[in-house]
Amino acid sequence: MKQVLEGSQAVAEAVRLARVQVVSAYPITPQTHIVEMLSDYCATGKMNAKFLRVESEHSCMAALIGAQSSGVRTFTATSGQGLALMHELLHWASGARLPIVMAEVNRALAPGWNIWVDQTDSLAQRDTGWIQFYCEDSQEVIDTTLQAYKLAESVALPVMVVLDAFFLSHTYEPVDVPDQEEADRFLPPYEARFELDTKNPCTFGPLVPPAVYMEMRHDMAAAMDTALTNFAQIEDDYERIFGRRYGAVEAIACDDAEIVFVTSGTVTSTARLVLENLRARGEKLGILKIKLFRPFPSEFIRKALDGAKKIAVIDRNFSFGASGIFAQEVRAAMCNAPVHAPVFGYIAGIGGRDVTPEVLEEIYWKTKNSAAPQRESIWIGLQEVRHGS
Amino acid sequence: MLEIRFHGRGGQGTVVATILMSKAFFRAGYQVQSFPFFGVERRGAPVEAYLRLDKAKILLRTNVYTPDHVVILDRTLIGTIDVTRGMKDGGTILINSPAPPPNLKAFSRFRLAFVDASRIAQNNQIGSRTHPIVNTSMMGAISRVLGMPPLDDVIAAIREEVPGDAERNATAAREAFEAVQFVEPARSAA
Repeated sequence: MKQVLEGSQAVAEAVRLARVQVVSAYPITPQTHIVEMLSDYCATGKMNAKFLRVESEHSCMAALIGAQSSGVRTFTATSGQGLALMHELLHWASGARLPIVMAEVNRALAPGWNIWVDQTDSLAQRDTGWIQFYCEDSQEVIDTTLQAYKLAESVALPVMVVLDAFFLSHTYEPVDVPDQEEADRFLPPYEARFELDTKNPCTFGPLVPPAVYMEMRHDMAAAMDTALTNFAQIEDDYERIFGRRYGAVEAIACDDAEIVFVTSGTVTSTARLVLENLRARGEKLGILKIKLFRPFPSEFIRKALDGAKKIAVIDRNFSFGASGIFAQEVRAAMCNAPVHAPVFGYIAGIGGRDVTPEVLEEIYWKTKNSAAPQRESIWIGLQEVRHGS
Repeated sequence: MLEIRFHGRGGQGTVVATILMSKAFFRAGYQVQSFPFFGVERRGAPVEAYLRLDKAKILLRTNVYTPDHVVILDRTLIGTIDVTRGMKDGGTILINSPAPPPNLKAFSRFRLAFVDASRIAQNNQIGSRTHPIVNTSMMGAISRVLGMPPLDDVIAAIREEVPGDAERNATAAREAFEAVQFVEPARSAA
């Protein structure tokens, strides 16, 4: 049934529908509403789960590693500094092949202290072995979170469902919430391949010498590749029951497009509006929305960008000394295509700055009026700042 | 698409009013999007919240800069902050006040309405005498001044969601719907 829900509640509803058994969390803005709701669900019996309050995000992930190892489904949510503090254990969760699911509400890293949206926190975790999804609206959040469990458990890797601070986490909009029976049909109970069991003792996390470590890492790499195939099948299953699918990427009006925006998160929605407006004026804009960031769907991206004359990647993040992170990844994906369009990198919306239709149109015209990129990154909307003497 | 900006002070239920109005509009068949000003919140400090509504799916995911209408839950904000900032000409301003605002000239480009929501909330024992919670009264008044959503949808949204006494809040909304007064255009232009 369609209800008007906050983005944070869309996450909580999906966690409830997935019959998660252990939730552990440490509160941090803008993730707080998610865990407040889950805490309430656990306290009132709306969810039959154990809610663990912990003293830090590091302990939070440690608790989930323990819980998931005992063979139950788990969840947490965090943001910004919280995710940074969790970093060590993100590696541990994926290396131990635990299908933990986490909602990550993108928040800018400090200092300066900033609670607003910026993707650098989650993108800085790209090498931790977590699958990463970036969501555009609350419907996609609820659907992706449910799918995340099925995908994580199919490849024994953890999944991060990423949503924009405030523009998604604190925004109310209509969402079709699956009923429990349908959710159960889509997502069967979790069955761990290995679990902590005193009747069947085994060793977890022993020393792994060079003779084996490389093969373990290669197995993880193969599982990431499998995730790409499995996700398509999981979307088939989901579409059969719920009638919705998103794709690892979505190519919007790319077939005849001369300039293609590459977007992620809520910027994609506003870009759809800009596309309608520019197309009405005869401008051939397309959009490639990247939903799945790890594993990076390079082949889909090459195919979607095949006919583009220019590619404009919009990054709400930055890797210092390099460029926007989506731009890096798109350039890496394109460089092995025999011929490909120039990739323009734009930095916009850092630290919660609004990405308005005007900002996106400015990016369009800058791209159209430049023959080739002059720099790796062009920062949009910078003000002149005077420093004191 | 219509955009409505709500002004209030922390503790008056401004954000809740915006959320409940989005639910009332959704009941009436609109696509909706509502959100608070993204920042830190303190009791008593000025608060803003926003509501978008449209017949089609709402794609715009930015802050609201040029609202069609403005709802003011606390008249002491007028003059303290620019309540007409970015507002489109001809839009409606609804103020929680027992009387029209003194400086009518500042509002000459807009349609002006007022309702004594504080008194209505007090009479219905919503909040305390000194800090009445005026949001549900204002919701009834919005239904009247905008001609949408139907009052029944407003009442249904209140009944479903209000944590306190739903009936008292529903009564307040109904009374405020009836009590709204419009400032005559001639006086607005004066």
